[in-house]
Formats: sequence, C-alpha cells, structure tokens
Amino acid sequence: MSASTYRVVRSSRASRIGLAVGALLVAGLAVLPYAAGSGTLRTLISFLTLVTVAQMWNLLAGYAGLLSVGQQAYIGLGAYALWVLADEVGVHPFVAVPLAGLIVGLIALPTAGLAFRLRGGYFAIGTWVIAEVYRLVIANIQAVGGGSGVTITAASHIARATRQNVTYWLALAVAVGTIGLVYGILRSRLGLALTAIRDDETSAESLGVHVFRTKLWVYVLSSFGCGLAGAVIYLNLLRIQPDAAFSVNWTALMIFVVVIGGVGTIEGPIIGAILYFILQETLADYGSWYLILVGLVAVVITLKAPRGLWGLLTERRPVHVFPLQRHVRIDASGEIPPVSGRPRSACADE
Amino acid sequence: MSLLSLTDINSRYGTFQALFGVELRVDEGEIVAVIGANGAGKSTMLKTVVGIMRSPTGEVRFAGRPVGHLPVHQRVSLGMSLVPEGRRVFPSLTVRENLLVGGWVKRPGPWTVTKILQLFPLLERRIDHPAGNLSGGEQQALAIGRGLMANPRLLMLDEVSLGLAPIVVRHLYAAIPAIVEAGTTILIVEQDIGQALSVADRVYCFLEGKVALSGRPRELTREQIAAAYFGV
Repeated sequence: MSASTYRVVRSSRASRIGLAVGALLVAGLAVLPYAAGSGTLRTLISFLTLVTVAQMWNLLAGYAGLLSVGQQAYIGLGAYALWVLADEVGVHPFVAVPLAGLIVGLIALPTAGLAFRLRGGYFAIGTWVIAEVYRLVIANIQAVGGGSGVTITAASHIARATRQNVTYWLALAVAVGTIGLVYGILRSRLGLALTAIRDDETSAESLGVHVFRTKLWVYVLSSFGCGLAGAVIYLNLLRIQPDAAFSVNWTALMIFVVVIGGVGTIEGPIIGAILYFILQETLADYGSWYLILVGLVAVVITLKAPRGLWGLLTERRPVHVFPLQRHVRIDASGEIPPVSGRPRSACADE
Repeated sequence: MSLLSLTDINSRYGTFQALFGVELRVDEGEIVAVIGANGAGKSTMLKTVVGIMRSPTGEVRFAGRPVGHLPVHQRVSLGMSLVPEGRRVFPSLTVRENLLVGGWVKRPGPWTVTKILQLFPLLERRIDHPAGNLSGGEQQALAIGRGLMANPRLLMLDEVSLGLAPIVVRHLYAAIPAIVEAGTTILIVEQDIGQALSVADRVYCFLEGKVALSGRPRELTREQIAAAYFGV
C-alpha cells in the first residue's frame, strides 16, 4: 500500500442512520409540548437534565480521568445563580439560565486550581469536600435564604404552561447542546489529547500535550454543563434548598447512569439514563424495594458488563452512533474510494 | 555546537537520590549512548532532561539556553522529544492517532505521517488498528515514530530493545541512520551495550547515579566498559 492512497473517514452507516434517527427524535421531542401533558413534560425535563449531567460527568471521568464526586456543587451553584440573576438582578428567568451556566463555569476556574492539587482518590474526596463547603457557605448566608432556601419568584409569575413548555425546550436544548459539545470536543484535537491523557498521562505530557490546561478546560466545561442543568432543574422546581441542591445524590446518580450505560462513550450515558427512568417508572411503587432493585441492577451490570450496557450491546459488532476514531479507507487498486461523511485528504493531519 | 548539556544534576525521588552530579553533553548531529545496569539512573536522567523530573541543583541547557525551569510542553516545543521506556503507546488510539498526538506541538520539519510510514513500513498495514493490538516491535516502532512526529532536534530513546527479540531490535536500530540524516540528534539510553555501541558516536556509562566512564566507543576497551558497567 502506498502511503498516499488512503483517506481518513469517521462516519459509518450506523452513524449516518443514528444521525437521521437522532434528528427525527429531537424534532419529535421539540413539538411534544403541543401534545403531551404536564406530568410527561416534568418527567422528560428530569430525563433530559439527567442526560446532560451524565454526559458532563462522563466527559470528566470517562475521558479526562477526573473522578469527581463533587459535581453537585455546580448543580447547586447553577440553581442559586439562576435565583440571583432572576430575582435579585432582574434578568428574565429564561435568559438567566445560560448566564447561570457561564457564572458557574467562571466559579469552576478557581475551584479547579484548588482541586487539581489533589490526585486520584484524594481528588475524588477533595471535590466532595469542596461541594460540601459550597453547601455550608450558602446555607449560612441569610441573604440567599440560609438553610431553608429560596423560591424563584420571578419564574413563578410566568404562566404555568408557558414556564413549563419553555423549561422543557431549555432542557432539550441543553441536553442536545451538551451531547453536541462533547461530540465536538472528542472529535477535535482536544479530544485526541484527552484520550491520550486517559491512556497514559506521562506519555502525553512528554509529547508536549499541556495536561493541566487540557484537564482544566474539561473541568470548566463539565461544570458549565452541570450549572446549566442545575438552572433548568430549579426553573422547573422553583424552590431551591441547599441540602437538596448540593446533595451528593446528584453525583451518585450521574455515576450510576454512566457506569450502567458505559463509561467513555457518548451513547452510554443516554442508554443509562433511559434504563434509570424505566426502572424509576416501573419500580417507584415498591417503596424501599425500588432502591434495593436499582442497586442490584447496578451490581449485576458492573459484574456482567464492565463496559456498561452499550459496551455489551456493541461487543460483537462495534457500532458507533457517534463515531470518534479516525478510520482509514484503502482501495486495492490504489484509487481513493468514494466515501461520505467527513472524508479528509490523505494524511491531512500531518 | 553543544545541543544539550547537563551540569551538576542531582535528581531525586523524594528522599532517594537517583543522580549524583551528572555532567553530560550532546552535540548537534551526534548519536550519544548512555549505558548502565538497571537502576543506574539512565531513565531518571532522561526524565530530568525533558522536565518530568527536576534537579534541585545544576543546569539543563538546550540549544544554548537554560531550560531547567520550563514545563515539559515548552521543552518539547523547543525541540526535544522522549520515547519512553516500555513504549507506552496510547492503546485505545489507532496508529495514526498516536502519530497525530506525537505531532501535537506542530514544529516544522521533515517528519510527517507519510515519512514515518516510509521509515517503518510495518506500521502502514496497521494504521487503522488500535495501538494496544500491536506486537511489541510494532509498538516500539510506533513509539519512535510518534516521538519523531514532534520534529525534534533531539530525540531521546529510552531502552528501545527492552523485551524485544534481537531481530526486531536490529530492525529498529537500522532506522537510526535515516533519522540522523534527516537532521535529528539522538540520545539513546540502553542496557544492550552491543547495540548502543554499534551506532553511537560517543558513550557515557552510568553507575549508581554517576557518570563512571565516557568517551568514543572505539577508544574504550571492553575491560574499561565492563568495569564501569558492573562497578568492579
């Protein structure tokens, strides 16, 4: 084979079908408020925000190897940023959602400076401690409601149907946007660096990859996504209490969804969130048995399918709905075969 | 002209001192070999050069400027590249993606994916395979190619022969003249004395963290090398 007779493609038949199905699904979800009831929308808002935070945790842990147990900090801060912007500054609550995400991203910068001093298990515990510090600080400031919390009154003045519909659309936009963001990052040079760092940090560093800066970017982006999700969640709930907003259960949920779906894949957190919601909807009436059964499912999946459900499904026949690897297509005659997707010229990335 | 010079390097792992006042010089266009037994401090010296480890004393100069205070990525940008011991390719990335990470700093120079595939044709048929699926020899070729993708002025090879069959090692060493011809200076760390001396212009022998012997291979006797290598 001559070095000049190949080209690099990333799309596959599965990814093109997946993209078409995904586009139809998003279009269908976008018009759902005109057909579905209030209960369905509330459930879907919860589902979409769960997909968002799971994607963010997966980016952080599955790709950058940063096992954070403190992402609830950014859900809580997103909620409080929404309240401050909407009730105290006077920004329209719907406009305040993206601004809350940006504020949380900014707060994550100095937080990362502190958290990144720790490694491995210490980083995990450290991020949890940082989240607890944020919770305690907020709970002790009376101006933000103290331990009893606050109500987003600016949002409660909006007509219920309008608020719920727009909140749903925001949740959908945030979920689709974060999946697109993760996909874009992982297909970029930054994604290549992230995978290299995950595989071998020292090797990546000795090739000139700026490990600290790359991880910092991912941490800030992940916090931004969690901040957006936090703002959407509490725009839906209206009442913010620090114990609930900064609860470690948020991160436990992210970890559960990512682990059962498949760590280090974009498809995994989506599959995991679907399974979680199916379990929740079907087992919710069984009281404490529900938690036992969910735990049992987690144990069985981690033992029988360590790569998660997506890994199990694609074990025999690899399918990439979100193709990330660069595949080389070679024609036996030396001619470059016609390929669709995003073909690149031979050795384009040299 | 001296491309790399080390003066009074005393690197340590916590309380354990691994290098003691190491002095070393690599001139532009040379192949310099550092030999020594396990634990002699050879790899520690390379880690200190590239910046993974720091020496509390002394100076690392590269291309005429002190670089001891610079982080790793800046040193790589200046033109040094380390091929680490044990290959350490990125197993979940394909061969091509590994090479692309190697070219992260985007220094101008002769080495491209195509050139690397010409240097190591065995990689060409494996270009789309995850690096974790390659044989040891293929992984080592990939690790060297990945290091070259940075278009370094100085390529540092750490234990190329480790765990490989002699025929594979000979095949890899056969690529070294082409690398030097392309304008890259080479610093090799090896336990395989024969291979190292066969290509080196100059050699340093490390013993217990110190330079025990240095000189041109043809000027050193087997007895001198054995004494410096084993400390007898």
